[in-house]
Amino acid sequence: MTLLAQVASPPFAPPYPTRGGRFAPGDTVRVKRGDAPGHMRTPGYLRGRTGRVERICGDFGNPEELAYRRDGLPACTLYRVRFTMAEIWGDRAEQPADTLDAEIFEHWLEATDAP
Amino acid sequence: MSDTKKTGHRWHDMGGTDAGEIAHDQHAYALWEKRVDALLRLSTVKGYFTVDGLRRVLEDMGEDAFETMSYYERWIASITQNMVEAGAFTIEELNARMAEVETRGPTYGEAQGSGE
Repeated sequence: MTLLAQVASPPFAPPYPTRGGRFAPGDTVRVKRGDAPGHMRTPGYLRGRTGRVERICGDFGNPEELAYRRDGLPACTLYRVRFTMAEIWGDRAEQPADTLDAEIFEHWLEATDAP
Repeated sequence: MSDTKKTGHRWHDMGGTDAGEIAHDQHAYALWEKRVDALLRLSTVKGYFTVDGLRRVLEDMGEDAFETMSYYERWIASITQNMVEAGAFTIEELNARMAEVETRGPTYGEAQGSGE
């Protein structure tokens, strides 16, 4: 069973411009399991894990495109997602209810009802 | 190069693997290391490449480079490759310049000359 972190949306607007994005603070999201030989901006230990959107950081050029000298457009929405240690490490978690925040681009996230 | 030690993770994607002892010692940065750092700021501000390109090349250098080269040695190798990719200079120009610097003397102090 997934142990989800509590989140409270920050009482201020995202610090960088954003068109809003597909997810909102409080939404439950799962990190995609994808893998590729090139530059990826989402760590392996989070892929396949479920967390909650804590905030929208803003929209930024896609770093996985910028890394190869392309323009990174259209800009991608970057989210701060909060995970519990129990969700990430399972039985290995020393403090299961402690949380970890990671900043993850929208194209790495999916709704938890996705197949 | 063991780039796929663990299925689905490249070598640099090491979060969650056993870290062993963590070295807490600090050291002062050498002048050349500060210059490498400054070179990254300059080359990105001028639009030659982004920090994403820096990371891409560092990752592609592989685990052997991570084990055998220092932090800023890896940085200057990555900056150099990114600058060549960006067309800032050619490999021929780089090698000619390196040969010129080398004639100034065998130590960094001598080779940097007037600091130009």
